[in-house]
Formats: sequence, structure tokens, C-alpha cells
Amino acid sequence: MKILVCMSVVPDTTTKVTFTDNDTKFNTQGVQFIINPYDELSLTRALEIAEKNGGTVTVATVGTAETDAVIRKALAIGANDAIRINAEPKDAQFVSEQLAAVAKANGYDMILTGRESIDYNGGQVCGLLGALLDWPSVNVCTKIDIQNGRAEFERDIDGGRQTLSSSLPVVASAQKDLCEPRIPNMKGIMAARTKPLQVIEPISTDLASTYVNFETPASKQAVRMIDAENAGQLIDILKNEAKIIA
Amino acid sequence: MTGIYAENSEGIFKKSVLEAASYASQISQGQVTAVCIGQPNAGEADKLAQYGVNKLICIDGFSNFDAQTYSKELAQAFANNQISQIVFANTYEAKSIAPRVAVIMNASIASNVIALPETSSGFKVKRGVFSGKGFAYVTLDRANKVIAITPNSTELKENSTTIQIETISATQTTAQTAISSTSKAGGKIPLTEAEIVVSAGRGMKGPENWGMVEDLADILGAATACSKPVSDMDWRPHSEHVGQTGITIKPNLYIAIGISGAIQHLAGVSSSKVIVVINKDPEAPFFKAADYGIVGDAFEVLPKLIEAAKASKN
Repeated sequence: MKILVCMSVVPDTTTKVTFTDNDTKFNTQGVQFIINPYDELSLTRALEIAEKNGGTVTVATVGTAETDAVIRKALAIGANDAIRINAEPKDAQFVSEQLAAVAKANGYDMILTGRESIDYNGGQVCGLLGALLDWPSVNVCTKIDIQNGRAEFERDIDGGRQTLSSSLPVVASAQKDLCEPRIPNMKGIMAARTKPLQVIEPISTDLASTYVNFETPASKQAVRMIDAENAGQLIDILKNEAKIIA
Repeated sequence: MTGIYAENSEGIFKKSVLEAASYASQISQGQVTAVCIGQPNAGEADKLAQYGVNKLICIDGFSNFDAQTYSKELAQAFANNQISQIVFANTYEAKSIAPRVAVIMNASIASNVIALPETSSGFKVKRGVFSGKGFAYVTLDRANKVIAITPNSTELKENSTTIQIETISATQTTAQTAISSTSKAGGKIPLTEAEIVVSAGRGMKGPENWGMVEDLADILGAATACSKPVSDMDWRPHSEHVGQTGITIKPNLYIAIGISGAIQHLAGVSSSKVIVVINKDPEAPFFKAADYGIVGDAFEVLPKLIEAAKASKN
């Protein structure tokens, strides 16, 4: 089994999001960067599958040299090697086209992604990769396994859950509940220093979209407090003043 | 021309599909064509017509969902009808198909879109980023465009027309995936589509106390949700977890009970139109993000709310 795990490097979940340069850039000042939490799940599950069935796990990310520290963390968790495509991740389509090129060049049995990144929240890379490679793709998986040469999944669907299987190769995306993310241990951290991190240049593509500017949500008006003794009054306010319930 | 993917939920076009129809008819310069897999129930096509859809194409021949083959057939149908901009409601199903359709049609794609585009120069959409902590304005630069809109974020605008229905047969239905079972939480409102959400956190003290939360939700016609610690402790299924690493929701009304309001939780719910916070700690950070607040014990406040909500129904 050759497994490719696609990793996004994102701001820590406690980050207070602000923008700079006339709101055209995310303000990275003082921001701690981490492995996208869903990608951490796909990495852990890939390692579990490789350990059980034999195989290797490669981590790939699109990013500049600043992401190397986070890539080393993925190697410390247990990935065999890493590939960094040396470019700013411009949008989901750019990232997917780069990752698809890596997949075509190296050949994998399975590609795992997160269900979305917690910064741009596109949730598209799994499907984009599937179509670019013409492989099946299975979204938001809470279970991923290999059984008799086929991949088996459990995934979230709108208002429920589904069990399904697929031929290999396949692309799948990780949802919470897939596994408990692994934490690097000292041995892993030491080993990560010498594991291969290959840096390659991006292929040229025509950009699909342009991020023009950003804004933060409008701040709320002061909260209106209701006395707990007369809590029932809230229902009246929601119905007759806010007109938000029937 | 403009098209939509009309997700067929057991014969029904849900509100999110009608929102996609309304969005499409507002950006369309002419006809709006909807494409669905299988046949909808009688009368469902008229719901689309009410929001400006002139034509519905039903693709027959599939027995099971499969992202790869569905997207190929859809892209083919859109291309055959000269459709260059396609609107999806951003459900789980759409998330698995829309990017594939975009690749096949060499289109630009944006998901989590929450407003009509600005088209004075280029085609610029507003989308949610940083899990509710920000918004981005993005231009879609390719001739073909796929736009996946967040349910409950755009206006439903009536634009009645007449609809013509056409059925075609799928040509490629051999899937590489095989579905063995599907379970749906019967009768429950999916969280992402709910207009009212009643959510609770650690303040409920244990899963055995969720009856009150569900009672209030039932009376209000709401979906139930929970905070991350609650889903981590398995008090509630993770599918109810709203927040930065859970589901981002945008209901008209979000009622948070016994949730302190950590930044990660706020990220997932701050786009709700009206937020009510009930917490016994007056210093809970959530009050700063709330429209209405009650400082009090959930076990005393909830029964009062349930009683008042029942009374207001009658």
C-alpha cells in the first residue's frame, strides 16, 4: 500500500483572525501554525492502515519553506517521507492540480485528505483530486479500512450515515471520529530530523480564482439580558419582537 | 445559461435546493435549467418553477449514489444545455459532486458562498472562511463557474414561471463504489439546514439530562446541537458538534444552553442571525456574542422556556 496524505498548514484553532494590507492578506503575526486537524486524522489513519497491511505513508503539502516545521511534525507523527510543492497555496484548485501531478508521477493506492481545512473551509480537494485523476472519491469518512483489496468506508451523509466500499485507487476525506490523532513521541521527533523532505517546484496552471479581499464579521450590538425568573418572556420576545419563531 | 443541481432527497426538493434555484434565477440572463438524478415526486417540479426554473432534466438509470458517475452525467447534461454557471446547495452530497463537475467542465469553483455575486468587474462572490471568523471576496476567473451556496444564507425570492420536464437516460452508470447500507435519522431536521437550533454544553451535567433540550427543540421545530466537549465525552453524537472542528451553521435562531462560548465554538455559530445564550456564569464569554442572554441555571430556565413555548403554540 502506497498512501499519500494531503496536508494543509493552518492557523491554530485559538487564533483571533485579522487581516492586513488593506484587508487583502491574513495577518500571520503571532499566529501559531498547525497541521489541519482533519489532515491529522487522515495521517493517523493512513499510518494505522500501513501498519496493518504493510506500506508507506507520504505527506504532501503546497507551501513555502515556512511550512517545513509543521511538515517535520507530520514526519515525527510517523509519515515515512514528505513532499513540499514550493508555492503559496492560491486556492483549492491550484493546490489540487499540484497534488494530482505528484500523484500521477509517483502512483498511489490511496490518497487521504481532511474533510476541509479550517482556514479556507472549501472541502473541495477530495473531489477535485478524484476528478483530476479520474478515481472514485468518498467524502467525510468516519471509518476507512482495507479489506481484500478494496477500501471500506463509513461516511456522513445529509441527515445520516452510509457504509460503502470502493476499488483502489481511491481518494477519501477524513471526518472527526475517524480515529484518535497521534501525538509525536521523542523517538519520532528524533527520527523526523533525518527523514526525506523533498522540495519540488509547482507545475504551471491557469488560476481558477483570485482572493481579492477579506473582512471580519460585523460586531454585535450589546446583549439584551432577560431575568431568569421570567425566562418565559424570552419566547414572547423571539416571537413578537424578533419575529424569529412562529 | 445558468443551471442548478437539484438534489433529489427521496423525491423531494428541499429548501436548500429552492435557495439554489432562487440564486440561479437572480444571476441568470435567461433560462434556468435544473438537473436531478432520478424522478422527483409529483408536484415537486412546480416548487422549482416558483423560484424561476424553466426546465428540469431528470437523469434516469442510477440505483445508487456515486460521486464519480453522477458528476460525469451532470457535467454532460450541463454542457449539452450550454450551461456555464451552475449553482449547488452546499450539502454533503453536493460537496462530493460539485468539485468533480468543476474539473470536468474546466470551471472555477467557490463553496460556502453566502451572497449574490458582484458582477461590475468580473464575477466576485463572498464566501465564509476561517470557520466563521472571516469572509473572503473571490473572483471566479474561468468562463465556466460552479457556485456552492451555504444553506439558509441567501434569500428565497419568488419568480414564478412554467417548467418543462425532460427525462434522459444515463450512459455511464458502472460505479467503482458500492453502497452496502444507508441509515437516516428519520424525521429529524439536518443541522445544516435547520432554521432554529437548540444547542447545549457541559452545563447540562450529563447525557441523561438532554430530554429537556430535545423537548424545547421539538416545540420550536428546531434541530439539536452540542459543544465539542459534549461530543468528545460521547454524551451526544459527533454529528451534532458545532464549532470550528465540527459543523458550521447559520440558522435564524441559535439557542446555546450551558455553553461558555470558546472562540472555536463561536467560529461555528457566529453567523446565526439571532443568538440566545443561557448560562449560569454571568462572565461566560458567549454573552458578548449574544443578542439575548439569561443568567441562570439551565435546570431552572429550560422548564420555564418549554412551558412558555408550549403556551405560545396554543
